Amino acid sequence: MGAAEAVRRTPLHARHVDLNARMTSFAGWDMPVQYAGVLPEARAVRSACGVFDISHMGRLKVSGPGAIELLDKATTNDVRGLEPGRAHYTLLTNHDGGIIDDLIIYRLAGDSFLLVVNAANTTRDLAWLKAHARAEVRISDITPDTAMVAVQGPLAVDLTERATDAALSGVERFAFYRRPDADTIWCRTGYTGEDGFEVLAPADAAEQLWRALLEHGATPCGLGARDTLRAEAGYPLYGHEIDETTTPVEAGLMWVVRLEKGPFHGRDRITAAKESAPERRLVGIVGSGRVVPRQGYTLATGDEPVGIVTSGVFSPVRERGCGMAYVARRHARAGSVLSMHVRADRHRVTVVARKDLLPRS
Amino acid sequence: MTSTPGGLKYSTSHEWVRLEGDVAVVGITDHAQAELGDIVYLELPDVGRRIAQDEAFGTVESVKAVSDLVSPVSGEVIEANTGIGDATDTVNQDPYGAGWLVRIRLSAPEEVEGLMTPEQYAAMVSEA
Repeated sequence: MGAAEAVRRTPLHARHVDLNARMTSFAGWDMPVQYAGVLPEARAVRSACGVFDISHMGRLKVSGPGAIELLDKATTNDVRGLEPGRAHYTLLTNHDGGIIDDLIIYRLAGDSFLLVVNAANTTRDLAWLKAHARAEVRISDITPDTAMVAVQGPLAVDLTERATDAALSGVERFAFYRRPDADTIWCRTGYTGEDGFEVLAPADAAEQLWRALLEHGATPCGLGARDTLRAEAGYPLYGHEIDETTTPVEAGLMWVVRLEKGPFHGRDRITAAKESAPERRLVGIVGSGRVVPRQGYTLATGDEPVGIVTSGVFSPVRERGCGMAYVARRHARAGSVLSMHVRADRHRVTVVARKDLLPRS
Repeated sequence: MTSTPGGLKYSTSHEWVRLEGDVAVVGITDHAQAELGDIVYLELPDVGRRIAQDEAFGTVESVKAVSDLVSPVSGEVIEANTGIGDATDTVNQDPYGAGWLVRIRLSAPEEVEGLMTPEQYAAMVSEA
């Protein structure tokens, strides 16, 4: 990004400044990285309730005749089978089966969809969709007109119900509630491994929502805690675990790829990759101590490099370093013990399935 | 504002020195711990190790970043604060007290004179 290009501010920017957040530039946005601190914020989400400004995420509306055909071809999950009022996690793939982005698609109505994509990929996703759309499909970037907050934690649903007048406890996972008289959408999704909602609201309604959640006891949480929580829960992040050179097979994301649904971008390559079995697998790693795995660290057995760390954090739940890594298939089994090269030292890490990174109490 | 106590000397790499006779107690500054954020891991040198001024003698790791610990003075490590153990947040909470890192017996005491005064260090971090 050029120096002359202005850094974007979310509709909640003034609130972050009021709270003395430490701000950082992220994907072209001036975002809060922390308020009280990464670890206390992450702990608040695991034990009670945290609220995140995620308005930097890209929000694209795709509607009209041909919208379903476009999304069916461009993404891997079964968008035709997605009921109105529901959302699903899916992948935007290129013709080689590489991952352009991972995203959540909401089906607002029959031929009306909302896509929530990674901030850094919004422009590219928009261009890709437009290039593959028939003329009658309407595609618009509604990011500037809207805000988005995530309310997460074991107390999130109850707290959000009390803070607003939305009837939320009956909303199922990956379903959403839309108040008849307002444009706010409450979706029971998240990126922390906890229960809660991601709330999409008009930009001018964001401050009131934010204040109400804080007044009812939600802890403001920044991008630092968000990254700690998602890595601790084993969720991939674009640019770390997945990118255009990774396939859904090695990334362990075949649960959102419906090979049988009919043609989509990259289907043949993904089918071939699945049949030949990948040489490496994305796994979780748990350290033996407090040292933090960092992206790019080598994993070895003896002197032989067999893997590379893609993300790592200090896990407040485990009180030790944990993260994710691509590891050669023969060492990718849960329980496999590898040695992580950290500066001059070697630290023992144990492979776990990504879904088991976060211990369930 | 972070604190910069009087009576100490400071390095450009954000360590502080407190003289106790011919021994220097060394830690990282309040400014440094605030910039690093929650500290989760420390690598401290073994007792007996000889280190030179400006040499990296250990590592401090926070949730955000890994940084070298750079010695403001030359000498021999006579004690490392291994008592911190897993309570690495001690360095965040009390960087000039219980969060000290090493004690070094000085081999070139004149080096201390060349370090920054509290006023000079406070001016440096306020300009950054």
